[in-house]
Amino acid sequence: MSWHARSIAELAAALERGEISSVALTRHFLDRISGLNGALNALITVTADQALAAAAVADRRRAAGERGPLLGIPLIHKDIFCTDGVRTSCGSRMLDNFVAPYDATVVARLKAAGAVMLGKANMDEFAMGSSNETSFYGPVRNPWDLDKVPGGSSGGSAAAVAARLAPFSTGTDTGGSIRQPAALCGVTGIKPTYGRVSRYGMIAFASSLDQAGVLARSAADAAVALGAIAGFDPRDSTSVDAPATDYTAALDAPLRGLRLGLVKEFSESLEPRNGALIAATLDAFRALGAETTTVSLPSLPLSVPTYYVVAPAECSSNLSRFDGVRFGYRCADPRDLRDLYERSRGEGFGAEVKRRIMTGTYVLSAGYFDAYYLKAQQVRQLIAGEFRAAFQQVDLLIGPTTPTPAFGIGAKIDDPVTMYLNDIYTIGANLAGLPAISAPCGFVDGLPMGVQLIGPHFAEGRLLNAVHRYQTATDWHVRAAPGYA
Amino acid sequence: MMKDWEVVIGLEIHAQLATRSKIFSGAATAYGAPPNTQACLVDLAYPGVLPVLNAEAVRMAVKFGLAIGAQIAERSIFARKNYFYPDLPKGYQISQYEQPIVGRGALEIVLDDGATRRIGITRAHLEEDAGKSLHEGLANATGIDLNRAGTPLLEIVSEPDMRSAKEAVAYMKKVHTLVRYLEICDGNMQEGSFRCDANVSVRPRGAAKFGTRAEIKNLNSFRFVEKAIQHEVARQIELIESGGTVVQETRLYDSDRDETRSMRSKEEANDYRYFPDPDLLPLAIERAFIEAVRASLPELPDQKAARFVSEYQLSGYDAGVLSASRETGAYFEAVVGRVGAAHAKLAANWVMGELSSALNRENLEIDAARIDPQRLGGLLERVIDGTISGKLAKDVFEAMWTEGRDADAVIEAKGLRQITDAGAIAKAIDEVIAANPKQLADYRAGKDKLFGFFVGQVMKATGGKANPAQLNDLLKAKLGGG
Repeated sequence: MSWHARSIAELAAALERGEISSVALTRHFLDRISGLNGALNALITVTADQALAAAAVADRRRAAGERGPLLGIPLIHKDIFCTDGVRTSCGSRMLDNFVAPYDATVVARLKAAGAVMLGKANMDEFAMGSSNETSFYGPVRNPWDLDKVPGGSSGGSAAAVAARLAPFSTGTDTGGSIRQPAALCGVTGIKPTYGRVSRYGMIAFASSLDQAGVLARSAADAAVALGAIAGFDPRDSTSVDAPATDYTAALDAPLRGLRLGLVKEFSESLEPRNGALIAATLDAFRALGAETTTVSLPSLPLSVPTYYVVAPAECSSNLSRFDGVRFGYRCADPRDLRDLYERSRGEGFGAEVKRRIMTGTYVLSAGYFDAYYLKAQQVRQLIAGEFRAAFQQVDLLIGPTTPTPAFGIGAKIDDPVTMYLNDIYTIGANLAGLPAISAPCGFVDGLPMGVQLIGPHFAEGRLLNAVHRYQTATDWHVRAAPGYA
Repeated sequence: MMKDWEVVIGLEIHAQLATRSKIFSGAATAYGAPPNTQACLVDLAYPGVLPVLNAEAVRMAVKFGLAIGAQIAERSIFARKNYFYPDLPKGYQISQYEQPIVGRGALEIVLDDGATRRIGITRAHLEEDAGKSLHEGLANATGIDLNRAGTPLLEIVSEPDMRSAKEAVAYMKKVHTLVRYLEICDGNMQEGSFRCDANVSVRPRGAAKFGTRAEIKNLNSFRFVEKAIQHEVARQIELIESGGTVVQETRLYDSDRDETRSMRSKEEANDYRYFPDPDLLPLAIERAFIEAVRASLPELPDQKAARFVSEYQLSGYDAGVLSASRETGAYFEAVVGRVGAAHAKLAANWVMGELSSALNRENLEIDAARIDPQRLGGLLERVIDGTISGKLAKDVFEAMWTEGRDADAVIEAKGLRQITDAGAIAKAIDEVIAANPKQLADYRAGKDKLFGFFVGQVMKATGGKANPAQLNDLLKAKLGGG
């Protein structure tokens, strides 16, 4: 089996047995990137020299007796994570010239684990988008169909893993930005509990919703990768001071007695072929010993409008620091301070980012704050409460990740509201801070579809276990996009 | 004219908390470093960085809250105040808005006539300071120094309880004394560690409603507070009496021209779009923490003054002056420790008199005094035991101050020991009387005032060393015709 088709555990074993060095493995993936990325546009920056140097270090560490599940394993970081000495663009013209002077905690932890960064993945500008079309660096193409979007905002991360340009990648998920592209590209992506992974060094979109996670080809691989980045970080005040668990330990636990709740509000209006896939997925889980019921979260349909108040509000404030003064894009020959602000931001930000800054500024304004921001926070509490109640009845919730498979590049970009509805099934978990995972569960029109499982806080282990058992019984996740096997 | 108008003043005091590092980052807060050398990535608001609250700043805010008898919020919220300015790197200031850490409290001030007045404190909240814009030496550009960005501030908001510029100054001084007692602020006004905004309005005396207020920004000395308020009050009264109306606005005090100028009106004011900062969880303060802080509180100024009155029988005024700073109180009590509580009044007079004027003359703080409390006590002991007179003691004090020697050494070296030998004093008196027959005759003819002349002459003859009481008695007897 070719190196890029192997699991992280298989690669680690091969490294351990000396069948391949990290340098050779890294070179293999770099070659794949140089051959395939041109068509996919999944990476904004390829850090070949740094990668080979890091791989050599990993090989030396192994030779010195060090061990670890990610020692010498390549990966790709979403370009939202600050990487010391490497451009960190966040998919924006605003940061096209920004070389981060420090590593994000996620980056530092993976570095410490010996993982080798191959480059930085393309993404929607400032993580605002569901199709990767808002990137300053152009759209990413879906390996399953180059005319289709990969989803977003972690579209580059998802496409790169689907095209097997790396065994895994990092992503961030504010309203579905890991799970939706994972579903559309046929890979496994997990968004952990809010606070489980440090946000330090991850360029903020909506601070109360943003959460870092990983995309990989299987739950087993995702468990290894997540284990490396999860844990308390004193530099992030919202990081949870609880020990991270070994997510690989319980992967094989049987699912007998696992109570899965099909979310009524997600399943009612499903497109029939999507509905059939979810029904088949439930059958597969029942065959593994799980029990399934239907549970209702009546306020969940309000999650999209709620999100599009809360997220823009926070982003309007978070993005104020991009003012052309200290770093990033600065307009040419500013006349005065106001001109510097207006043109630097006007020229540096793309249309979707501006739309959200304006929306957010509006909903926080005097006279509108109560009707929008405060109301949205109340609905958010309501939704969180309904999730809590649901988890009294079931262990995990289950449903589709997206309403449809990948759509055409250009098909929805001019219609923001239709675009926003892509995240209808994923946003609830962000509003409630819950962990959620998307895994491949079949195809519609030859394009991959995902099933989403949502758990109570800190149930990452249970989610990975459920999906891993499902993946031992099914083979959706091992299918490669044509031409990328 | 003034008697028809009542002045209403509220102050917002910004006290820079004396933490070593900033409120949300690990960068140092020391004043005066070269521009931007004390600004880390968090202060510079680099992409991806996050704030982490400094626990020491919280402890200091709680200390203040307890000292003014306020409720400490068990849960308070940090909010973002959004506006664009080059010295505000994030584009928002982290402050507290709806749920501050310190709730309602009060302080008492003493007015000139000795009456006390209670000034309500609405709230005190934690926030970060902004950086500074630099204009000097830069052509067609503005420099930004972010050393101050992120420095912790406690904003202390009073009720509109003050009725004159003097009351405002008395209140501000009271807060100044308190924060220094609590060691939560160095109180250095030149460096901007302690400054205030004044909300000023006037209304016809007896009116129920407040007048429209103007806010005077950034007053950084007691004198400026007084002058700015006086000026603003006069401006408002003149405006109303000439048929105009006061508009709600922010004004700036120009100390060079002694006037306030409009900065921006209410209509031009920013909409700050406050909302809870999602990067910081609500601040939860446990009862046990509050009680531990309470147990660590020092003796407060009012408590110390009351103790000075009861323990040393000082007047309220003296006790107030001596308790105005912790250092002054400590100095005074060290002197008393040497001379004994029975002589506390003498010690108080010397600390408030000679020592204080010597310090003022050289612009020194009391802990930099050239005479330490033990030495001053030593000098007072010589006054108490009659070795030197109080008057001579002042000369000794000056010599001690400049030469840095003990009182006894100065007295010995200068031969200043008081003459208490009655024979020697009588001899000097006889000589003076013999040398001034005319004055003697006049005195005996009823010019009592000449008694002082004879005292002066005898003192001169003895080099000021004659024991004054003995001299008085002997002189009286001899002039009386002995």
